[in-house]
Amino acid sequence: MGEKVLMKGNEAVAEAAIRAGCRLYFAYPITPQSELIEYMSRMMPKAKGTFIQAESEIAAINMVYGAAGCGKRAMTSSSSPGISLKQEGISYLAGANLPAVIVNVQRGGPGLGDIQPAQGDYFQAVKGGGHGDYKMIVIAPSTVQEFADSASDAFDLADKYRHPIMILSDGLLGQMMEPVEFQPMKTTEEIEELNKQHFDWCIHPNQPEPNHHHHEINSLEIDPIILEQHVIKLGQKYDVITEKEQKWEEYSLNNDNEILCVAFGTASRLVKSAVDQLNTEGFNIGLIRPIRVWPYPYDAIKKAITDNVKKVAVFELNLGQMIEDVRLAVNGKVPVKFMGKVGGILFTPEEIKAQLEEWLQEEK
Amino acid sequence: MKVIAQRPKSLTDLAFTYCPGCTHGISHRLIAEAMDELDMRDQTMGVAPVGCSVFAYKFFNCDMAEAAHGRAPAVATGMKRARPDMHVFTYQGDGDLAAIGTSEIIHAANRGENISVFFINNAIYGMTGGQMAPTTLPNMKTSTSPYGRDVADIGYPIQVCELISSLRAPYYVERVSLLSPQDIIKAKKAVLKAMKFNKEGRGFTLVEFVSTCPTNWGMTPLDAMKWAKENMYPFFKLGNFRDKSLEGGE
Ligand SMILES: Cc1ncc(C[n+]2csc(CCOP(=O)(O)OP(=O)(O)O)c2C)c(N)n1
Ligand code: SF4
Repeated sequence: MGEKVLMKGNEAVAEAAIRAGCRLYFAYPITPQSELIEYMSRMMPKAKGTFIQAESEIAAINMVYGAAGCGKRAMTSSSSPGISLKQEGISYLAGANLPAVIVNVQRGGPGLGDIQPAQGDYFQAVKGGGHGDYKMIVIAPSTVQEFADSASDAFDLADKYRHPIMILSDGLLGQMMEPVEFQPMKTTEEIEELNKQHFDWCIHPNQPEPNHHHHEINSLEIDPIILEQHVIKLGQKYDVITEKEQKWEEYSLNNDNEILCVAFGTASRLVKSAVDQLNTEGFNIGLIRPIRVWPYPYDAIKKAITDNVKKVAVFELNLGQMIEDVRLAVNGKVPVKFMGKVGGILFTPEEIKAQLEEWLQEEK
Repeated sequence: MKVIAQRPKSLTDLAFTYCPGCTHGISHRLIAEAMDELDMRDQTMGVAPVGCSVFAYKFFNCDMAEAAHGRAPAVATGMKRARPDMHVFTYQGDGDLAAIGTSEIIHAANRGENISVFFINNAIYGMTGGQMAPTTLPNMKTSTSPYGRDVADIGYPIQVCELISSLRAPYYVERVSLLSPQDIIKAKKAVLKAMKFNKEGRGFTLVEFVSTCPTNWGMTPLDAMKWAKENMYPFFKLGNFRDKSLEGGE
């Protein structure tokens, strides 16, 4: 571990990806992720990697498909409208069992929306987005440090499960500066070792016999019986991921919480300050912050609803998307309240505090 | 005993899934023979399209990727950048390359991406049952141009070699046909040239094959050949559009 440097989230995640062994990056400019592509354009050549400003997000994700098919760590990034264009490619990556990392620096939508931070792509990220039966592991950082750390986490998970992984951030995390400490740069030998683990399936010509065989990267199975088996296998992979890869933070959680808050990413930062203030005033509020929003930590939320919890309060920068997963976890046990902000506007900790006070008051 | 016709090593022994008389089989064979003759099979990675030739990834006996419809040049770009030591080719139909994938092909060509593109122009969407393609000829009837392609309404067929050779980067662009034995011999030469240039790392190469789709044209294979000569040649002129090896420069 080195010293801390002050950096924008977009640049930190780019630097961390290079350190994690990513040598192939393809993307198309869009605000508020442009610092990421610009950083890559400067630093990839220095790392002797490939940077291509693609002609579109569609081309970029398909370049990732080709590079990942060769067993290399490859990444693309964009913001909401561009992520919509990548959905076709993400579905193909999932269908072909390819490891890859996709960063979404979310902005306000729908349509062209605006360029301010938002969380409106939650459904798209965790419920599919592209066509067919697939799931992506979705990492939702809430600080610049976490944003950076999510890069190596994402590549490791992608390799482990041969699967596309999304980092779901937003314009605030992308553009704010915070101190960040990086993992050491992987050496060429370490990167080669990582690539080697894919040699049994990836496109890897020119191997001496008998190791040379015809490898195919493909998501097509025209025979329904074979496709059925293929999709069932994918489903089994999602089951393993669901069991093993949930990750969340418990904040001020205890058996006497009156209200349990649930929030992720940027929204959770603001909720934390409101929770801190209320708890110093003598209330008892807890927070669960899903660090990965798929697989979703349903059981952690269920467990946190002790007999003292009167309400669950969900805060999101959208019209209410993750709340559907929270409701599944709560399963009617207590009321689930919602506060949202849209249009790329953030709520302030004071607004959150006032809202929580109102909900606490209802109990009296 | 001398072997005169042998299946190229660069084809697997799977039987083709093409209709009788379809030219896809011929273009597969030419590419595979060229790969054998240049001894490139072990250094080659191919990208199959979506179209009748979707199973090209099973037919070519080298490492292959199957791309989404039209995206083959982008996938090939990712592969070539990941493995610059290897040769990469795409195999694409006219719907794949000249409609849904226009952006990917133009930009791969414009970057001078070091890949070979084999473009099968049969003036129709074969796989989906004979709809109009961007290369469908004026007044030609298809299942989605039942009154004939009306150029006033939907425009003229796209001439891919002309379009690609308007860019500066491409190294070699040639239109050949598969309509007669002589044409096939010429086509083979073009394929060999394209692959050799790529082996030498010279840049982007594209070979367009004027082809037929007897099934969706509703003709016998022989009639389809005749029809194509009469109707496609006036629009899709055979010949070389770019060969930088003859220019001396760049
Ligand atoms: C995104 C998408 N749109 C449409 C299709 C359906 N589709 C499959 S093949 C094809 C056209 C193929 O025509 P062409 O490229 O000319 O190849 P051919 O079959 O004639 O060899 C279409 C429209 C698809 N698979 N994916
Ligand atoms: S439909 Fe046409 S292009 Fe497709 S295999 Fe049959 S003849 Fe060939």
